[in-house]
Amino acid sequence: MPKKNEKSTSLERSHVGKSLPKNDALALATAQELFTADYPLEGALHCALLYSPHAHAEIRSIDTEAARAVEGVVDILSYQNVPRILHTSAGQGYPEPSPYDSVLFDRRMRFAGDRVALVAANTLETAREAVQKIEVDYEILEPLLERRRAMEKQAPKLHGGEDHAKIPVAYEPEKNLAAEVQIAFGDLEEGFAEAEFIEEHDYSLPAASHCAMEPHAAVAYIDQRGRLVVISTTQVPFHARRIVSKLIEVPMHQIRVIKPRIGGGFGGKQEVILEPLVALVAWRNKRPARLVLSRREVFVTTRTRHAADLHMKTAAGKDGGITALQMDCLLEAGAYGTHSLTVLSNVGSKVLPLFNKIDNIRFHGRSVYTNLPVSGAYRGYGATQGYFAWNQQIDAVARWAGQDVVEYCKRWHIRSGETSAVFEALGEGKEGVSQVVQSCGLSECLDQGARAIGWAEKRDKRIRVGEDKVKGMGLAVAMQGSGIPLIDMGAASMKMNENGSFNLYVGATDIGTGSDTILAQIAAEVTRVPIEKIIVLSSDTDLTPFDVGAYASSTTYVSGQAVKACAEKVADQILATAAQLLETKAEDLHLEAETVRDKTGKKSISFEEVATSATYNRDQYQIQAQASHTCQQSPPPFIAQFAEVEVDTKTGRVEVVRFVSAADCGQPINPVLAEGQIEGAVVNGLSYALWEEYRYDENGRMTNPRFWDYRIFTARDIPELRTILVDSQEPTGPFGAKSIGEVAINGPAPAIANAVYDAVGVRIRDLPITPEKVWRALRDKGAAADATGSTEGTNSTDQPKGSPRS
Amino acid sequence: MTGTLSINGTELRVSLRGDEVLLDLLRDLGYTEVKEGCREGACGSCLVLLEGVLVNSCQVLAASALGREITTVKGLGTFHQPHPIQEAFVETGAVQCGFCTPGMVLATFALLKKNPHPTEEQIRPALDGNLCRCTGYVKIIEAVKLAAERMASDA
Repeated sequence: MPKKNEKSTSLERSHVGKSLPKNDALALATAQELFTADYPLEGALHCALLYSPHAHAEIRSIDTEAARAVEGVVDILSYQNVPRILHTSAGQGYPEPSPYDSVLFDRRMRFAGDRVALVAANTLETAREAVQKIEVDYEILEPLLERRRAMEKQAPKLHGGEDHAKIPVAYEPEKNLAAEVQIAFGDLEEGFAEAEFIEEHDYSLPAASHCAMEPHAAVAYIDQRGRLVVISTTQVPFHARRIVSKLIEVPMHQIRVIKPRIGGGFGGKQEVILEPLVALVAWRNKRPARLVLSRREVFVTTRTRHAADLHMKTAAGKDGGITALQMDCLLEAGAYGTHSLTVLSNVGSKVLPLFNKIDNIRFHGRSVYTNLPVSGAYRGYGATQGYFAWNQQIDAVARWAGQDVVEYCKRWHIRSGETSAVFEALGEGKEGVSQVVQSCGLSECLDQGARAIGWAEKRDKRIRVGEDKVKGMGLAVAMQGSGIPLIDMGAASMKMNENGSFNLYVGATDIGTGSDTILAQIAAEVTRVPIEKIIVLSSDTDLTPFDVGAYASSTTYVSGQAVKACAEKVADQILATAAQLLETKAEDLHLEAETVRDKTGKKSISFEEVATSATYNRDQYQIQAQASHTCQQSPPPFIAQFAEVEVDTKTGRVEVVRFVSAADCGQPINPVLAEGQIEGAVVNGLSYALWEEYRYDENGRMTNPRFWDYRIFTARDIPELRTILVDSQEPTGPFGAKSIGEVAINGPAPAIANAVYDAVGVRIRDLPITPEKVWRALRDKGAAADATGSTEGTNSTDQPKGSPRS
Repeated sequence: MTGTLSINGTELRVSLRGDEVLLDLLRDLGYTEVKEGCREGACGSCLVLLEGVLVNSCQVLAASALGREITTVKGLGTFHQPHPIQEAFVETGAVQCGFCTPGMVLATFALLKKNPHPTEEQIRPALDGNLCRCTGYVKIIEAVKLAAERMASDA
């Protein structure tokens, strides 16, 4: 077991591991901070969009005459006047692993909500009025609304022609195939043949919305020197600059992207959707432009979690050890293939290494186009889909083997010092990177979590609560990664001011996560100054160095390591300057409480004196440094999540009464912020497990694009939540840290499904777990029991034969 | 139409359209601390106090607020003189992205005014009209409890 602080220095940690308030928290709580839509833009053009009402259509013609005639309309954009530049909206590293299948304005409409035209006008009311006056003549095409039909020969095709993949990957638009991934180890058939028990089932998960409270928005203006400035709700300011430059054909050096405060992202803002539009309007008209989406537009026209079907076949030997695992996954890309390949890869790559002693494995995944809203990045990024199925399979195997699933997971999970062939086989758009896990506290997470929820007392007990309710307990385990190895890069620079304070410039993108704070904590830890002496400026493409942005659980691990390296260089300069002033050797000095001291404690000099001397007095120079970091591997954070549910056998209603998460994210830099990441992800996951889904009518139009119909959990709905941080030390992370942003969203749905089974013996394999589904399953089970003459009631178990359970 | 409003204690003469909602009027006047999250009264981001009563400003006609007193989150406290509720949100980690925070703070204010010592069972329904996707609400509930304690001992 890795020991806490095994790498700690002689000095006590001053900032790492401390729950300091976020450095923007007071400004946010008093509403001083500006979000994108809050920027006052004098004389701005207001933009409104026209969307296709049809899931699949070709525009024969657009007549904008009546719209242009509306007083106050300044510009109208459509395929008629905007260059057709193929790209992907995915905010990923370059070249992107997502297919180039999109243009800003197309004649072909690929979902009900696809973009037809944009009106820019002096007021928003005028823009909206004019949008209604655009006349579009559509040739309606047969839509493809079922992903399972997508690869049939006669299925309507969405893409083709100039569409292409930017990197060599499987991309076959003529089959509606946006991406395909396949890996295999060992001999699957042999593994099945030698098995004593086979569990084979289908699972299904719907599309879901990120529901960041701040809707997507972007504004743009031309600055005093004719350059274009874009402010937007982005998780990826540097990718946004690159993509805007390409799409509006303005050189990158003429463009500045600023990320202000962001009202949550969760992957939904890892897409460059609105920035090119306001940029184009501002550039063409040399006037500021603003575009703020309504909640309905966010639901329908931005991005969703990939809906998925999984087919799982798991074989086990006598001792419960898995002899073969087959995982087939069909992801719904929707109308465009953004993130389709990489989410698909992660269904396998973030799930299969967790139990690394399975010799025979096959993973086959496909992402297919359909005429439905566009899927993209969403916290969990495929792992959520994979773990929903995988954890239910594991629960069933452990039950068959007569083993407690907590102990079963402890026996089979990957450990520190171990590897999995999957790491190397499955990357993001290319082969992965082999890695040996160097920190894993999952066993301890399982022990602590089980204790906290009272597992032994309540699992397998079917405790009755009142007349109709039965208690059940379920477990799910998961891992994620920390950044994308050999792809993600973050950079930082730092300078010292005369009074001994520092400016820290990072490309890293704080979208509400608190990364500005934890990066400041890392810098403060290295330089030994109070946190308020680290002034952070982040995510401005003119002012800060590059960073890929806030995604793939990378900021703490990747950007944090860049900040640490940068601060260490600054510290070296402080030591060197102090050594000169103290007439001693730098290696005899150390930093402590804004002071440079020698080992004897006799000589010391304050930071202020060092910086003042360097700035004004002797051998003058600016104490400053920069550093970049690319991760060589992606150490997984681990989590064990436990659900206690009460199932109403009369109505099928499932209530989660208690939920415990025990997570190993390495050394948390800021425990309260780490807990906040877990709690937020858990509640999002609970809400997805029980309520959330995109619903469509027979024409492929979303029928519930509003919070009244697409319900998410409120403070009233949450169970008793408990979060436990199980510290480990990740040697490759800054001060032992790994990531925590995503992993906790993976467990709620499977833990609840397993708990429902524990309570009433029915398995719900398609989300959301609605009362109706549970009720039907109970009814069917009761009917089956009646038919076979069983005397058991609806609470009977459908345990496979050989189960030790009575 | 024209009329006067009192916003955070400042009298303002405004002109507005008959169908304009209060949210738009406030944001146009520069009170961008009032956030738009859904425009359907479902998320609580645009909460303000109208004559001390909590309302979703997207659901209120601006004309109906004429002659009345409006308090936004900036009317409760400032960066240099924050309200105890705002301090409690900061200290407990209840602010993540901060977009829902103005509404949450106002909902907390309204609750504590009616019920200075709420139990958790009373806090939860009082925040039922405010959506947050970042925090999981745990630390927001803690913040409300801390604020209640502080305000009780200050009183």
